[in-house]
Amino acid sequence: MNRLQVTRRTALIGSMSAASLLVLRPAAFATPTELAGAIAEFTGNQPVQRGRITLDLSPLVENGNSVSVSVKDDSPMTQQDHVTAIALFTEQNPQPNVIIARLGPRAGRAFLNTRMRLATSQKVVAVAGFSDGTFWSDQVEVIVTLAACVE
Amino acid sequence: MVRALINCPKTAKKGEVIEIKTLISHVMETGYRPGADGKVVPRDILRRFTCRYAGQEVFSADLFPAVAANPFISFTTVATASGTLSFTWDGDNGFTQTETVAITVT
Repeated sequence: MNRLQVTRRTALIGSMSAASLLVLRPAAFATPTELAGAIAEFTGNQPVQRGRITLDLSPLVENGNSVSVSVKDDSPMTQQDHVTAIALFTEQNPQPNVIIARLGPRAGRAFLNTRMRLATSQKVVAVAGFSDGTFWSDQVEVIVTLAACVE
Repeated sequence: MVRALINCPKTAKKGEVIEIKTLISHVMETGYRPGADGKVVPRDILRRFTCRYAGQEVFSADLFPAVAANPFISFTTVATASGTLSFTWDGDNGFTQTETVAITVT
C-alpha cells in the first residue's frame, strides 16, 4: 500500500546500500601507498626531496581526458650535472605511473611536456633524477570537473 | 602507418637547443574502460617512445595508460651536426612506427 512511498527509513537504507556499493566496488583507483611504491621503484628507494624542479599544470582542469603538463628544471645539463630522468605520477588514476622520460646532457635543457589523463581531482607528482644520484620532486593538487572515462 | 606529426626546426645553429614536438594518432586504450557491451576493452597503448639523433639515442620515454590519446610529447635536444632525427613509437599488439626528419646544422 505504501510500497512506493519514500519514508525516512527506506531513504536511509537506500543511501546506505548505495554507499556500501561505492566502498565495495573493485578498486579502480591507485592508492597513496601505490603512489609511494611507484616512486620508490623509479628512484630505487632513494630519498626524494621537494624542490629544484617545477611541475607546470593548471590547478583547475575542465577535461581530464587531455591535460597538458610540463616539467622543467634549471639544470645546466652538462656532462657532470644533468637530469637523467623525469617521471610523472598520480595519486588516484587506476595506476600511479604516467610517463617516465630518460634524457641526458644531449637534451640541452631539462624539459618535458606531454598530455595526460586525470581520473579525478587529485595530486600529481613529478620526480626528477639527477646525475649526482639525488631525486627532487614537485607536486600540484588539481581539481578536475570532467574526469577521464575510466568506467 | 598512422598519422604522426613532428614539429622540429629544419635548420639550427651548432650548439643551439631545439625544441621538438611530436604527436601521433593512437587511441591509447587504457584497459580500464568498459565498451558498449559492458566488457572491459583490452588495453592498447604505446609503451615506448624513442628519439635518436644520427643513430644515437637522445631521448626516450616509457608511456603508461594515463597518457592521453594521441600522445603528444615535447622535449629538447642540442643541435650537434647535420643529420637525421628518427622517432620511434612501440606499443601493444605489435605496433611500431618510425618517422625521420632531416636537420641542417650550420
